[in-house]
Amino acid sequence: MQILVPVKRVVDYNVKVRVKPDGSGVELDNVKMAINPFCEIAVEEALRIKEKGHATEVVVASIGPAHCQEQLRSALALGADRAILVQTDSTPEPLTVAKLLKALIDREQPGLCILGKQAIDGDNNQTGQMLAALTGWPQATFASEVTLNDDQAQVTREVDGGMQTLSLKLPAIITTDLRLNEPRYAALPNIMKAKRKPLATLTPEELGIPIEHRLTTLKVDPPPQRSAGIMVESVDALLDKLKNEAKVL
Amino acid sequence: MPSLLIADHQNTALVPATRNAATACAALGEETHILIAGHDCTAAAESAAKIAGITKVLIADSPAYAHLLAENTAALIARIGSAYRHILMPATTNGKNILPRAAALLDSSMLSDIIAIKSPDTFKRPIYAGNAIATVQVADERILLSVRATAFDPAAESTTAAPIEPIEAGEDLGISRFEREELSKSDRPELTEARVVISGGRGLQSGENFQLLYDLADKLDAAVGASRAAVDAGYVANDLQVGQTGRIVAPQLYIAVGLSGAIQHLAGMKESKVIVAINKDPEAPIFQVADYGLAADLFQAIPELTTKLP
Ligand SMILES: Cc1cc2nc3c(=O)[nH]c(=O)nc-3n(C[C@H](O)[C@H](O)[C@H](O)COP(=O)(O)OP(=O)(O)OC[C@H]3O[C@@H](n4cnc5c(N)ncnc54)[C@H](O)[C@@H]3O)c2cc1C
Ligand SMILES: Nc1ncnc2c1ncn2[C@@H]1O[C@H](COP(=O)(O)O)[C@@H](O)[C@H]1O
Repeated sequence: MQILVPVKRVVDYNVKVRVKPDGSGVELDNVKMAINPFCEIAVEEALRIKEKGHATEVVVASIGPAHCQEQLRSALALGADRAILVQTDSTPEPLTVAKLLKALIDREQPGLCILGKQAIDGDNNQTGQMLAALTGWPQATFASEVTLNDDQAQVTREVDGGMQTLSLKLPAIITTDLRLNEPRYAALPNIMKAKRKPLATLTPEELGIPIEHRLTTLKVDPPPQRSAGIMVESVDALLDKLKNEAKVL
Repeated sequence: MPSLLIADHQNTALVPATRNAATACAALGEETHILIAGHDCTAAAESAAKIAGITKVLIADSPAYAHLLAENTAALIARIGSAYRHILMPATTNGKNILPRAAALLDSSMLSDIIAIKSPDTFKRPIYAGNAIATVQVADERILLSVRATAFDPAAESTTAAPIEPIEAGEDLGISRFEREELSKSDRPELTEARVVISGGRGLQSGENFQLLYDLADKLDAAVGASRAAVDAGYVANDLQVGQTGRIVAPQLYIAVGLSGAIQHLAGMKESKVIVAINKDPEAPIFQVADYGLAADLFQAIPELTTKLP
């Protein structure tokens, strides 16, 4: 069985993102980029499933500009077997990303597809669920534990108020939450080896999916700033402020 | 064209965020129908009928919807959804799970976590962990929206009840099955509804030490939350994580204890009315968003605070 893992190139989570003064977007020049943390967790989970003997191949795929090759190479260095870049310079919306991934699934016929629950740039949290709809496959989002046996996946999910366990018929879509696993680091010899692993490039046209735009970002604003607060010297002073100034006690 | 609100509920009661999403529906300026898909869910439908602004309750009562499995529920939304221009659901874990699936079945666009409605086709939503707010216009026949509850007040109760109309349930698609759930039980208020939230971070050092926060919470009728580091370390349950990828809260008073204030944490609490930070490191970033900061050892400050409260 093949596992397909879509990985997104995003601004590194340590970067403090700034809105451009003209409100056209956020500053992305000379900013450190990385694999979306949730996608890294997805790659790790796929590798563990393969190491347990439940899968034979882990394929990573990214949709975006040529630079995404960096993130695909990182995923190959972690242990993925091959990579596919669907190259486009426009920024596809979640529904289009899902359609492109559906076209890849039709070609590659994986038995499982693991995505991140959300990309930390757009914070959409949509793509996995949309892909599940387009494939007609069952879905388990926000996974914190995955067990495979025969043609079933048992997935424990992080939900409001606690945990929920579902079983899904394979093939299926899983999206990762933070506590699913702790991703490994790439060892230097594997980084070297990754350079020789196959990385194929396709275009949206070759997949038969035109990139549509139904969403227009009219402007991007910085969030409202909180006015500067004060430091208090003691618990008594804090209690006094909360009672008499903020009036919240 | 009326708007369709998909209720999040536990069959016997509505999840409160549904009421906040009803306010977002009202802002669209059309009448609102609400869908209760569930099993033995009459009680939820009856409370939905009394939300101000709801003109019709659609109830689909079937074991297929007992746990709001995404496959069955999204198929139902897709079946009835073509009669609506806007389809909304609160951005709870059920909303996040179900609504994108319904959107793709309808070949329609979706915006997640909207915080404002500028016009029937233009909305605001946070991106990059709330470091930027995007204003997005949707050129689509149908628009699906998940609603960030903290950005809209809960809708009022109405004195009259809207009519409840049963609709035909779809089949159980049978590709996924509910096995079990473990829900944390607590006598304290729910995190997203509490007037006061006290959150602990790695500085608490252990799960046992969270007792200090529970003692304080008891005096303030507060909910207890946590940073990701505290959850990852196993001090408290997953669903207490506040932040970009956890729960979003906006209480009257938020007390951050022994947590540094990473941007991912701030994304979940910086709309709180009053923020207090207690951290022994005077340089901790949390102080930059705090109205009142106390640079102190939490193991002294928290018991003292608890003792001095009536
Ligand atoms: C993809 C992604 C998503 C994330 N999502 C979230 C999220 O949703 N929510 C979230 O919270 N984090 C999230 N994080 C993690 C976030 O980046 C931080 O790592 C985390 O919030 C740090 O938790 P903390 O403040 O408890 O720990 P630390 O940063 O270690 O801070 C501990 C603080 O405790 C103070 N302290 C220690 N001892 C005492 C004492 N005795 N008295 C007083 N103060 C003391 C220290 O001075 C320090 O400031 C995410 C990270 C990633 C990569
Ligand atoms: N451009 C992309 N290329 C590859 N995978 C993507 C892309 N966009 C989204 N994904 C996948 O979908 C997940 C959720 O993204 P989103 O719905 O945008 O929050 C990510 O963690 C990825 O696994």
